[in-house]
Amino acid sequence: MREPPGTTGLILNEPLLWEKGKKGRRGFSLPRRDVGFYPLDEESFGEGPDFPDLSEMDVVRHYTRLSTWNFGVDTGMYPLGSCTMKYNPKVNEKLANLPGFSGAHPLLPFHHCQGALKLMFELERLLAEITGMDAVSLQPAAGAQGELTGMLLIHSYHKTKGRPRSKILVPDTAHGTNPASAALCGYRPVAVKSNEAGVLSPEPVAQAMDEDTAGIMVTNPNTLGLFEENIQEVSEIVHKKGGLVYCDGANMNAVMGMVDMGEIGVDVLHLNLHKTFSTPHGGGGPGSGPLCVKDYLQRFLPVPRILHEKSEYILSEDFPESVGKVHAFYGNFGVMAKAYCYIRSMGPENLKKASQLAVLNANYIKESLKGVFHLAYDRPCMHECVFSDRTQRAFKVTTLDMAKRLMDYGFHPPTIYFPLVVSGAIMIEPTETESKENLDLFIEACKSIAKEAEEEPELLRTAPRRSRTRRMDETAAARRPCLAG
Amino acid sequence: MRYLPHTEDDISSMLQAVGTGSLDELFSVVPENCRRKKPLNLPEAVTEWELNELMQALSSTVASAPDYKVFMGAGSYEHYLPASVNSLLGRSEFVTSYTPYQAEMSQGTLQAIYEYQTLVARLLGMEVANASLYDGASALAEALLMAIRVTGRKRVAVSCLVHPLYRRVVKTYLEPTGYEIMELPRLKNGRTDLGPLADLDGPAALAVQSPNFFGCIENLRLMGEKAHERGALFITCFTEPLAYGIVKNPGSQGADIACGEGQSFGIPPSFGGPALGMFASMAKYVRNMPGRLVGQTLDMEGKRGFVLTLATREQHIRREKATSNICTNNSLCALGAAIYMASLGGTGTRELARLNHDKAEYLKAELKRAGFKLPFDCPTFHEFVVEFPAGFELRHKELLGKNIVAGLPLAPYYPELCNHYLLCVTETKSKEDMDVLVREVAS
Repeated sequence: MREPPGTTGLILNEPLLWEKGKKGRRGFSLPRRDVGFYPLDEESFGEGPDFPDLSEMDVVRHYTRLSTWNFGVDTGMYPLGSCTMKYNPKVNEKLANLPGFSGAHPLLPFHHCQGALKLMFELERLLAEITGMDAVSLQPAAGAQGELTGMLLIHSYHKTKGRPRSKILVPDTAHGTNPASAALCGYRPVAVKSNEAGVLSPEPVAQAMDEDTAGIMVTNPNTLGLFEENIQEVSEIVHKKGGLVYCDGANMNAVMGMVDMGEIGVDVLHLNLHKTFSTPHGGGGPGSGPLCVKDYLQRFLPVPRILHEKSEYILSEDFPESVGKVHAFYGNFGVMAKAYCYIRSMGPENLKKASQLAVLNANYIKESLKGVFHLAYDRPCMHECVFSDRTQRAFKVTTLDMAKRLMDYGFHPPTIYFPLVVSGAIMIEPTETESKENLDLFIEACKSIAKEAEEEPELLRTAPRRSRTRRMDETAAARRPCLAG
Repeated sequence: MRYLPHTEDDISSMLQAVGTGSLDELFSVVPENCRRKKPLNLPEAVTEWELNELMQALSSTVASAPDYKVFMGAGSYEHYLPASVNSLLGRSEFVTSYTPYQAEMSQGTLQAIYEYQTLVARLLGMEVANASLYDGASALAEALLMAIRVTGRKRVAVSCLVHPLYRRVVKTYLEPTGYEIMELPRLKNGRTDLGPLADLDGPAALAVQSPNFFGCIENLRLMGEKAHERGALFITCFTEPLAYGIVKNPGSQGADIACGEGQSFGIPPSFGGPALGMFASMAKYVRNMPGRLVGQTLDMEGKRGFVLTLATREQHIRREKATSNICTNNSLCALGAAIYMASLGGTGTRELARLNHDKAEYLKAELKRAGFKLPFDCPTFHEFVVEFPAGFELRHKELLGKNIVAGLPLAPYYPELCNHYLLCVTETKSKEDMDVLVREVAS
């Protein structure tokens, strides 16, 4: 096989911050003191924090070394299923940091922040067009907060109708955040099983749906990477009983320009700008989780809303039925600016092509690895495909072992043990920004690992071997938590 | 398009491998009635150079430093950002990674968060901190929900001097589940009036902010005692973590949970977000905490390392029984804060905090000298309230034209406080800036 990217290198040790430094050092240019000292009242004022004192280079070396222990999309292929680890364009980072954006105080008078408001107003319109929904709120700061806002909105909708409901349907292929978000609104999640093809059938939905059920939370495409082909029938069933259809849009990267979510019966949908719209994941945050709704639900969206009146953009609180606020200000503006740059750089044709290529890449991996790992559902997939360790279990090798071994080959492992409906799941989402050569290298690495599983399983069980640290004792970490030094 | 690497040849050979004739045919699993009929109606793609111009045009319309002197804080603060912080924060190994599920490939993120947790715990005088919450407002909402879980009670008391926008987020979070919020009034001196707490049956929590929205430092010790007498958890909230460079920390004053906004530490205002929800509590409550936690452990060769831990509280395992639906690991913002704290060090944090305080005191003194009223006489950190003469609204507007934002009018938030403005001074304002401000508001 060709040489995979994984190798060993010169990796430097680095202690904890407070294990270095010396009292009296400083890594910060303190601004000139041009005023006198004023007394500090003893009741209110005290000692200040016990932080280590470091020089500027101490700090720079510390974090530079730490960064080399990390793997990012810029380092290599990161096929983490359901996370859409696509390339994060550099120009977007630069432009989101323009002084007028990064330096903008959120409570400026409207007239003095027109550019920021215009960007948000236009981004709302762009996202509405891409999803096929009518109105958008950019306020939720993450996907899970978008879900929560969606649930709050559904809750308000039923309350306004005078009939609050107590349950919500959640398919077994849903993200874990779905039931947790529903529970925050006091809803009892009712699980609906997916069928043998990995999608929702109308029948179990019809059985579970009643007039005490607020609606359904569907992820489409779902977490098996499959398109919910019965979505229109499912939506009709839910709507007939007065419920609403919530779509977790985390997987929107599969269907841009291909599916109109508004047309297929979705009433409420959240997006993850850090997935579909290329903003970096930043080690897990900050993200942004805009909420998109149909026109008749617009009045419940969080306030303030951005309006364009008399050729000026303004923020309006005048929506008495709104669910309220979920963020102190307007959400993660810095993330929105990057997503806006992405959409403007891509344009309509390239967005559609991105989805097509994301689906092509996933199907290519699925077909290439079909005989190597057990494929949970052998049918055309969307942007991701789900395998399992069923074949390798015969050699007492698990999904975890194979994931760890992939690191030695220079790849970030896929999502593992999710979705829960597939035992020992290996969920691969290559995204459209990986080239055929990268996919081929990944496929070869997987094949080589499958061979090792048969011939040298110990290699896998003790992987990774090339990383700076070996496999971590997670049990000990949880049993005797050490959360601060 | 430079972000899409596929050549026509790649596409056709891959389609062949998949056994499909065209890119459109890949979507044959999407039923016809679910397919989008019309093409996306979006503006045509722009080049990198056109994008630069387009964004610069938008950015240039926004009032910001150094062209504008903004004497306004209220939960978003302008501080100097060292070049080293921005440079380190731009390291793409941090920026383009995901939540550190695979510990061996994410030790950089994990150690940095462990260090952040430690620094925040030390700053706030608490035992455990995490890096998982979006902003100060939702951190407070999560803190109240946590207190409700810990105590099994359903009512909370929140001071009216907690940031008004935070209180609105709290209301949104607590409303659907029917938890009751009692708003505590204020005293004449700009501090919270705890009197009505005595009337609240079985409070789960008492939440106050210090320095509060008016900038006044609350008597936390006394309030903590009152909360504990009633069996409630004592939650303290903040919008300016730099205050704890000199102000007594919440842990030393009896706080059970300390939470708030961390934007001041290395994160630009950015029109209100991304921000950083700081969250800390005492160790005995750790299993009720929302969000992710990083813990120290050993690898199979006995080398020190770090992992995400205590995950059994979380949504991906506990689903609807989780302590929160939080999935975010607000890593990049936490990293910015950690680098900032490390750069300042203990000595620098204290000195910078003192400088902020003294500058605000200077401005207070000068405003007083110019004949303006400072209605609240409690100690403050770097924000305070001024009462300007009736009709000041017009002058405030005129000053905008001179590139000065002379504070935040309080009337929209506290209707009884017309002509009252909340002013903020950080290290970014020179003595001269303040002298100009005093001159301008007085003329």
